[in-house]
Amino acid sequence: MIAIENLSVEIGDFRLRNVNLSVKEGEFFVIMGPTGAGKTVLIEAVAGLVPVRAGRILIGDVDVTRLPPEKRGVSIMYQDYSLFPHLSVGENIRYGLRYHRRESKNDEERLNYLVDSLELRPFLGRSPGSLSGGEQQRLALARSLAVGPLVLLLDEPLSALDPAFRSEMQLELKKIHRQVGTTFLMVTHDFTEALNLAQRGAVFNCGRVEQEGSVEEIFKRPRSEFTARFVGISNLFRARFRGSAAVIDGLEVETGRELSRGEGYVSVRPEEIVISRSPITSSMRNEFGGEVTGVSAQGLSFEVRVRCGNLTLIALITRGAFEELGIREGSAVFLSFKAAAVHTF
Amino acid sequence: MRIRDPFLWLAIISGFLVIIFILLPLLKVIVAPSASSLGAALKDHDVRKAIGLSVYTSGMAGLISLLLGTPFAYFLARKNFPFKRLVESVIDLPIVVPHPVVGIAILSVAGKDFWLGRVLAAAGIRIMGSVTGIVVVLTFVGIPFYINAVKNGFEKIPPRLENVSRSLGASLPSTLARITFPLASRSILVGFIMCVARALSEFGAVVVVAYHPMIAPVLIYERFEGYGLAYSQPIAVLLILVCLVIFLILRILSSRRPEKERFQLIH
Repeated sequence: MIAIENLSVEIGDFRLRNVNLSVKEGEFFVIMGPTGAGKTVLIEAVAGLVPVRAGRILIGDVDVTRLPPEKRGVSIMYQDYSLFPHLSVGENIRYGLRYHRRESKNDEERLNYLVDSLELRPFLGRSPGSLSGGEQQRLALARSLAVGPLVLLLDEPLSALDPAFRSEMQLELKKIHRQVGTTFLMVTHDFTEALNLAQRGAVFNCGRVEQEGSVEEIFKRPRSEFTARFVGISNLFRARFRGSAAVIDGLEVETGRELSRGEGYVSVRPEEIVISRSPITSSMRNEFGGEVTGVSAQGLSFEVRVRCGNLTLIALITRGAFEELGIREGSAVFLSFKAAAVHTF
Repeated sequence: MRIRDPFLWLAIISGFLVIIFILLPLLKVIVAPSASSLGAALKDHDVRKAIGLSVYTSGMAGLISLLLGTPFAYFLARKNFPFKRLVESVIDLPIVVPHPVVGIAILSVAGKDFWLGRVLAAAGIRIMGSVTGIVVVLTFVGIPFYINAVKNGFEKIPPRLENVSRSLGASLPSTLARITFPLASRSILVGFIMCVARALSEFGAVVVVAYHPMIAPVLIYERFEGYGLAYSQPIAVLLILVCLVIFLILRILSSRRPEKERFQLIH
């Protein structure tokens, strides 16, 4: 549905350089990266709100690069919703309809469907300012989708919300995406949000695409240190490669595969590390002895920091296991993990 | 209750002095003329003509400022460009230039010694001693007030509202008509009234360009010079009343919330 080719944009201090992306029809695609990575500039370029220096943007096979915003079939939803304060809720929702006169019956049907599934019918005569945050977001969604856009752009829609509210709104977004089937392109700096909502995505760093692919792929196999840190990989180390082993500061980690390069990065997810009080005989190729240097509760699990040699590894275990094993600061433990759990890049 | 703070006392006394300083002369001039002299002034054809001309020329200046100033104010509110500060300073120049100097400057451009003056003369447009000249002068001194007020009004409207409108299918003109101008309407009105108020009080620039036909301030001055205080006070009172009415409308408009804005601007 969207093809971005060699896009370069320069606005004030924000730069996009040679960005290439493609989004499939009906997909929920997420643009991720830290603040200031140029994510908002990208979607504003897709919407036609900022001028493009070089490159092309195609939406539904149409080259829209030179088209004004109103002719692109792209709706944008900002973080602050930008509701029209001088119009009622109903007038907000209907705002764009007059520019999209197709068969009027279709419009009314879609309108009613949106108003009812977003539960806005009781509010139609009210002013946007009198709605709660959640209701305002639903109004912004209804307004954007009422015109039947090809693409809906969402600029960090959930970033400013508190955690409880956020999960509720995530479900809402997911639901409406499934129901309506429009292509969603969302910007976020929160990777877990991307995991919950999107199928595919791209990680941005300083105006460039670091990695593009399925969100799961990015999560499991980050291809650069930046991406790895962004997706929250805790046990990330520089290492030298020797045969099938990665050597980190004297510690030899077995990866189970032939490593082509001389050096690179190694990571293991905390969930994949097993803690024991004594050595285990198992199929796990990696086992290291160490001392617990810190423990912190993370919801229903515990994060345990263990010093092995010169490295500190972080493992995640359940509360039950934590209590059963009697682990506390200073405990002598063994850390084990499979060769397959070691990710190298 | 005793107020011990010496600074507070100083503030109260100086505030008192300022209020007296402003009110005393105005109140005195209003009550000075007798009711019969006020009536006579009202019936005086010259007085009515002068006040009428003042209101008409100030209104025209307001209208021209609105037509010329609105697109420019929008541009200044939305775009940044090199030397923008310089341009904004130029707009403020009429405020700092002494009024007779404004009149001289306009005559320099409109006279036979300058190409523009010759073009105007050929087109049959007279600046010196004409209503056109007065309107030109009043627009010159009033337009900064309009542009600044309206520019501020446009700046308060988040560009994102216009962005959303565009993405929903509205062209720029449609967006301006449905979103920008309705939200800026109060600023436009306030700017218009400030421009008119400024134009109504102009004297020094007008008297250089057009002593005749007489606007009210010029008439008051002439009556004063020729016949003294007693003769000029009644006209002064009438002009004060006209200005006060306009001032009051401005205050009402800027403090209450008109029907259209019953919805709060969401931050």
